[in-house]
Amino acid sequence: MQAIWMGAMTQSLNRIAAMTARYYYILRSSSLRLLEIIYWPAMQMLVWGFLYTYLYDSKSAMASTAGLLLGAVLLWDVLFRGQLGFTFTFLEEIWSRNLANLMMSPLQPFELAASLMLMSLIRLVIGTLPVMLLTFVLFGFNVFAMGPGLLAFFLNLVLTSWAIGLIVAGLVIRQGFGAESLAYSIMIVLLPLCCVYYPVAALPLWLHPVAWSLTPTYVFEGMRAVLLDGTFRTDLMIECLALNAVYLGVGFTTFVALLQSARHKGGLLTMGE
Amino acid sequence: MSRIERFLPRRHLTSMSPNTMPAQNNAPDRPNPDETPAIAVEGLCKQYRTHWAVDEVNFIVPKGWTVGLLGGNGAGKTTTIAMIMGLVVPSFGRAMVLGHDMATERHRVLSRMNFESPYVALPGRLTVRQNLMVFGRLYGVANLKARIEELIEDFELGDVLDRVTGRLSAGQKTRVAVAKALINDPEVLLLDEPTASLDPDRAEWGAQPAARLSKRRGATILLSSHNMTEVEQLCDFVVIMSHGRVVAMGRPGELAEHFKCRDLDEVFIYLARVA
Repeated sequence: MQAIWMGAMTQSLNRIAAMTARYYYILRSSSLRLLEIIYWPAMQMLVWGFLYTYLYDSKSAMASTAGLLLGAVLLWDVLFRGQLGFTFTFLEEIWSRNLANLMMSPLQPFELAASLMLMSLIRLVIGTLPVMLLTFVLFGFNVFAMGPGLLAFFLNLVLTSWAIGLIVAGLVIRQGFGAESLAYSIMIVLLPLCCVYYPVAALPLWLHPVAWSLTPTYVFEGMRAVLLDGTFRTDLMIECLALNAVYLGVGFTTFVALLQSARHKGGLLTMGE
Repeated sequence: MSRIERFLPRRHLTSMSPNTMPAQNNAPDRPNPDETPAIAVEGLCKQYRTHWAVDEVNFIVPKGWTVGLLGGNGAGKTTTIAMIMGLVVPSFGRAMVLGHDMATERHRVLSRMNFESPYVALPGRLTVRQNLMVFGRLYGVANLKARIEELIEDFELGDVLDRVTGRLSAGQKTRVAVAKALINDPEVLLLDEPTASLDPDRAEWGAQPAARLSKRRGATILLSSHNMTEVEQLCDFVVIMSHGRVVAMGRPGELAEHFKCRDLDEVFIYLARVA
């Protein structure tokens, strides 16, 4: 029994590795694509970095919050790029009319999701690490000064980005290209509610429950606690992790349900045309 | 009663007297009624809103046979094949492959089958070698490198192996797609118009080598094609569809004789006009 389970596990890992290799080949095939992954975060960081410098030098009341701003920009980018990396890697299958080939292969939905997650992580590291270094070199802001908390922030934001990516991928499978624009736009809905640049207290009272139902809120509140008070809020991160587990479950269930719905609708074979 | 109506009563393969069916190609002499058929389509229907794309289709394909699924555009062939692959869930009825219901148990059998369709493309940015490697690993092919070498030889892919798939000619892409369809040495191979949009001199790279190679290993093939010469050469049996229904089925020669036509091409044209 254990041997059968191990065999199935090995096959499953092989398929995840095959899909990751497939996405890696695409990434490797175009230096422009690789550059694009770094280009947008770098440009954004330059704009916010110069603002940070201006505020810091101005010695105004805003100066103390300049570091918060830069930290928030960096962490928001982790969330945004994580979701984009997941969704765009999936969209490759639609654009290349390859989805039916995959659906007809022994690849299971969770294996496809796992390979998309891995690829999202690889793209995120490629896009974020150089920008973090750039921020340190150009503006003297060391994001790693957040200590081990940074890892908790990163992990939670990445998990959220995957949950959202799964739902967007499911919607694209179900609705076709009509849902493609969600890849770019869905995160913007979250931006004002998950309190990236301001504390939850800044929101009207009736919006507080909404804000606290969103996992990024915990991360950005946690980041402010580290940068302003020098304390790492373990409680926030544990609550965030628990919420993320729920959201990932919801995301994957939605993805599978929408995939099943597309099989009823009959669009899988002609998807991408 | 018209010629079609006389032929309409559904004559499933198992209901025919095998003794009257001479074997063609390498097909077994007769289907074994006790053996699970490779493909069994039972009362298959697919409704899209108010339109019935497939309307109560029944046929079986015994193991080792090559069966042609014919019909004009919009006849329901692709939808039928999509339901056999499990990509589309039937509204009613079921499609079984190697004894498994493709609507609910497809993952038990997907590693034993494969397909090729003009509606689907291989990732264009990957080289031919990368594509074969990826799909070989997805299908869990043992000795993958050796298998790829075999396919390179069978489909003369040596000169395009390290070229990007998206930049190949239509004929070369078909060769690669058929090679991908054979990567796992499938027991059941579904070919949906593999020679569509190819010049006649290129068409020979579609179904024919796939059928030849699969037959050598006793595979079952369901072939949808508009190329009647190809169908006559390859198929032991044909099922002809029109407007989502099966309007005729039988041996290619038998059908020509029944409809008093010279060949399958004439049968196809005749049924397309009157069915």
